[in-house]
Amino acid sequence: MIKKLVSFTKGYTFYAVITPILVMLEVSMEVTLPFVISKIIDVGINGDGGTPYVLKMGLIMVAMAVFSLIMGGLAGRTCSVAAVGFSTNLRGGLFAKVQDFSFANTDKFTTSSLVTRLTTDVNNVQMSYMMLLRMLVRSPMMLITATIMAMNINLKLSVVFLVAIPFLGGAIALCGGFAYPRFIKMLKRYDLINENVQEDLAAIRVVKTFVRENHETEKFRKSSEDLRKMHISAEKCLIFIMPVMMLTAYACVLSILYLGGGYIMKGAMTTGELTSFLSYIMQILMSLLMLGFIFVMVVMSRASATRIVEVLNEKIDITDHDADESLTVEDGSIEFDNVNFAYAKGAENFVLKNVNLKIKSGETVGIVGGTGASKTTFVQLIPRLYDVTEGQVRVGGHDVKNYKLDVLRGSVAMVLQKNVLFSGTIRENLRWGDNDATDEEIENACKTACAYDFIESFPDKFETVLGQGGVNVSGGQKQRLCIARALLKKPRIMILDDSTSAVDTATDKKIRNELKKNLAGMTTIIIAQRVASIMDADKIIVMDNGEIKDVGTHAELLERSEIYRDVYYSQTYVEEAKNA
Amino acid sequence: MPKPKMKMKGGAGPANFRKTIKRIFGLLRPFRGLFALVVVFIILGSIINVAGTFFIRTVIDDYIEIDNPDLKRFALALLVMGSIYLMGVITTFVYQRIMLTISAGILHKVRYDMFAHLQKLPIKYYDTHTHGEIMSRFTNDTDTMREMMSNAIPQLINSSITLVAVITGMIIFSPALTGIVFLVIIIMVAFVSRIGKISGKYFVKQQKSLGEVDGYIEELITGQKVVKVFCYEDTVKQRFGKINQELRHNATTASTAANILMPIMGNLSHILYALIAIVGSLFALNPQLGVTITTGTLITFLLLTRTVSNPITQIGQQLNNVLVALAGAERIFEIMDEKEEVDDGYVTLVNARIDESGNILESVERTGVWAWKHPHKADGTVTYKLLEGKVTFDNVLFGYEENRVVLNNISLYAKPGQKVALVGSTGAGKTTINNLINRFYDVPDGKIRYDDININKIKKADLRRSLGIVLQDTNLFTGTVMDNIRYGRLDATDEECIEAAKLANADSFITRLPEGYSTRLTANGANLSQGQRQLLSIARAAIADPPVLILDEATSSIDTRTEKLIEKGMDKLMEGRTTFVIAHRLSTIRNADAIMVMENGEIIERGNHDSLLAQKGKYYELYMGLLELS
Repeated sequence: MIKKLVSFTKGYTFYAVITPILVMLEVSMEVTLPFVISKIIDVGINGDGGTPYVLKMGLIMVAMAVFSLIMGGLAGRTCSVAAVGFSTNLRGGLFAKVQDFSFANTDKFTTSSLVTRLTTDVNNVQMSYMMLLRMLVRSPMMLITATIMAMNINLKLSVVFLVAIPFLGGAIALCGGFAYPRFIKMLKRYDLINENVQEDLAAIRVVKTFVRENHETEKFRKSSEDLRKMHISAEKCLIFIMPVMMLTAYACVLSILYLGGGYIMKGAMTTGELTSFLSYIMQILMSLLMLGFIFVMVVMSRASATRIVEVLNEKIDITDHDADESLTVEDGSIEFDNVNFAYAKGAENFVLKNVNLKIKSGETVGIVGGTGASKTTFVQLIPRLYDVTEGQVRVGGHDVKNYKLDVLRGSVAMVLQKNVLFSGTIRENLRWGDNDATDEEIENACKTACAYDFIESFPDKFETVLGQGGVNVSGGQKQRLCIARALLKKPRIMILDDSTSAVDTATDKKIRNELKKNLAGMTTIIIAQRVASIMDADKIIVMDNGEIKDVGTHAELLERSEIYRDVYYSQTYVEEAKNA
Repeated sequence: MPKPKMKMKGGAGPANFRKTIKRIFGLLRPFRGLFALVVVFIILGSIINVAGTFFIRTVIDDYIEIDNPDLKRFALALLVMGSIYLMGVITTFVYQRIMLTISAGILHKVRYDMFAHLQKLPIKYYDTHTHGEIMSRFTNDTDTMREMMSNAIPQLINSSITLVAVITGMIIFSPALTGIVFLVIIIMVAFVSRIGKISGKYFVKQQKSLGEVDGYIEELITGQKVVKVFCYEDTVKQRFGKINQELRHNATTASTAANILMPIMGNLSHILYALIAIVGSLFALNPQLGVTITTGTLITFLLLTRTVSNPITQIGQQLNNVLVALAGAERIFEIMDEKEEVDDGYVTLVNARIDESGNILESVERTGVWAWKHPHKADGTVTYKLLEGKVTFDNVLFGYEENRVVLNNISLYAKPGQKVALVGSTGAGKTTINNLINRFYDVPDGKIRYDDININKIKKADLRRSLGIVLQDTNLFTGTVMDNIRYGRLDATDEECIEAAKLANADSFITRLPEGYSTRLTANGANLSQGQRQLLSIARAAIADPPVLILDEATSSIDTRTEKLIEKGMDKLMEGRTTFVIAHRLSTIRNADAIMVMENGEIIERGNHDSLLAQKGKYYELYMGLLELS
């Protein structure tokens, strides 16, 4: 885990290394200063040094303080650069990793948990990393110097440390041990809270139409209350540390006073020595407490670090490491060879069963089938959004697994059933299809997708800003923007997954005609509820319950496929039109 | 002490901070008693702490450095002191424990209040803010508040008391030297406020960047599928890199400012020490300067000097933390200050029954008959009006933004029990009509009436309760299938839920799920197909049993065969209810009583299926568009 995390200090390693050195220099001044101070008192004021001596030592002290100030200031800067740099790297690394995740990977973590891991957990780790850089050198150094000094004054009295240090250390470790599992639990509660908020934000229209605001609030109150309890139960373990520390400190002071007092009465020690000894023991305990705090922080952030490393170490189950780098998608032919598919590994029921199919390059293929017939699942295998469980999918004559993912997906455009636009302008959203597209290309794509006119009707035209999810355009407009976005990719294969469902029939038809006119040679797969959208396709696939039931042209299917006939007659009103 | 100036460019002014602090204390109100207790305990603890330091001196002077030291008396004194110390330990523990309860409680309250308030905000707020931005207030900003509650405030109190005690001691010992101390303290305070200013400014920036980064993370992880389909991973990474770097810049500056505070303060105090030593020894060794000071006093004074820097540093550092938390708190209050959806409606919806003489009486239990309860302010009387489901639009003019008219002079009329269909090209304004009926947005011009009552007079919750709406974008909740159906009416029995599912033809696929109705749905029902999700949301609306139904493209992802199958159910559902159907699939609306054809925010044709066909206008074109190849 440490090794994994250390690799993210890259670019800031210098700062991470220099910080402890600067701190060391700063601390070296800090521990020498008491010497100078005692000299000022003993020689200058109490002794016969007089004002000149005090002046001399005073100036030395000022010089040391200035030096220490500069070192400390620099350390403050370097450790900020190092720690913030580290967390920036870490966040960037996590984000990049998550971008490479397959959907199976994402589902495993859930999106809300991933969001917490990239935000709250990274912040936690950054905090404790900063603490480590600054304190891990400082505290032990103070601890050791103070211990040596104290032992120098009176070895026998130092026995007190031998009891105090393990006691305090043990107590801190015990608290940390209790706290760790509770902190893990607390973070899980955080995930739940986030999930709760996220879901509510997404479904706010449903919440409002059903007047379920209070219901949602009550649900949230429960999970927030759970978090509150877990928060208390986790931190409860930690609030023991401070009192235990005080207890130890006071016990030390009293026993040293008692023992030391005895020595003084016997004449074996001076009062000056006793006071110094006392101040050293305070220093020792303070450093120990600091170490304790570092320990606690590490415990708290270990829970976060574990969750981060989990993401970083997640094996991505769709990769293109074995792909042939030079392979490009030559044509838009598609082949399904004995394909079986299930979303979950080891699931007994396949969602797609024994699918065999050949689509020639440039063909237009329609897919019809009932709700839950696995049409979407079927087309998602083509750009390798999921990997087949058994069998093979070939595009352009090669197994999809042999292509680099960007090559494959660059050639297969897919307009999803659930369209997502991102916050930004319309133009920015369209550029997803092609970052270097000229204005003319963008306009053409929009014209083909029948989106140009409505975009032009907006006051800001292509610069119209869309909210998250494209809330300020209508469902049908959103779909047409998504088609235009996909067209800009100039793909060999275009998959339209029920992507004109909110578009009226006339526009739908116009889009299909435009596609045919402007993009001859592109393989087009259309999933549609409307038979009209697909009846003139070269090939129509009838799916039911994860299986291909029939393939043929409209006329053929009308004749032999009962399912197709059913679908067709449920939508056409020939008889009625005749009667009318 | 000069007041640290906190005004910053583009940020919040001091007045704002003062207001924020006041509000935070407002949050403390429910914990008033406990908080007072904590303050008492902290003060007690600090006093015991200070007393302990003086005690050591006394013990040495009175028990050890005397002529006839008695170990027994000495031990007894230590024992007394030990028990006082023990009290100190216990106070510390108790105040920390109480503080934990308070801070966890306040966090819970803040989260809860924020969430509850969010529920009351108008849809417009959600349409104009990213989810991540809102969520970051639940995470980052509440976190900084926790930090402030559990650490900064107790430390501040603690340090202030110590500071006061030490300075009082100093003044008693030597007012002259205290003058020097004050001089240096002023320098220190100047540093603290200067650095605090910088760090405060950048912390505000940092929190803002953090919000942006979180927003981006949320949006892009949710939209992962699109990213994949467009191979946009690298571009997205790059864009993220940019805002991530911006966050780094702001966070580094903010944290540097916070980190250099301690070395500066610590070493300034060393310089102060040297100054005091030099000046003090000058006075002590040269009585002719006019300030008399004994060496003993000087030593004690020097001891006090060593302890004065610690509380000042602490105060500086904690003030910094408070600044951060205030920035976070301001962002939280920003949400809480967002104007709630205005609801000045006073007409409410009640269960009703009709007695023999035809009077409408309010009823406590569900009767299936609803009535509008209309109180009259003028004479204090209440009239009841039976809910029939008549909806009229009277010259309605509407646009989401100024200068962009979406609905232009719309007038329409739905008689009780009628099925009214809205058809037309995309973007014609069909969904907007739905948004207006349920008052997601308010109409600036024209009137919408519901049973002849202006809908602005109806309480929003009651208005929406009377409408069953199935939206195009289905949103399901984490929970079982049964829970999701029951969302429509929380007191529905399992049987009623199953009945509703059967009506929507969802029963057959639900029973095929691994655990049937108890199957847990996660992440908006990711394990269901889009069409299945729509069937579930129809069932959800069916169980609510509303007098008026609005189906906004409710069956767009359901295949026509299934649609045929649910048609019977749907017909039964619509029976006796005023129903608005928004659809472009004309098969669903052929039997509508009235069909409105919309274009560019206007109704261009109206009539029923046959009359519209006969008109051979737009409807005819749309309808034939479906037919032309057969």
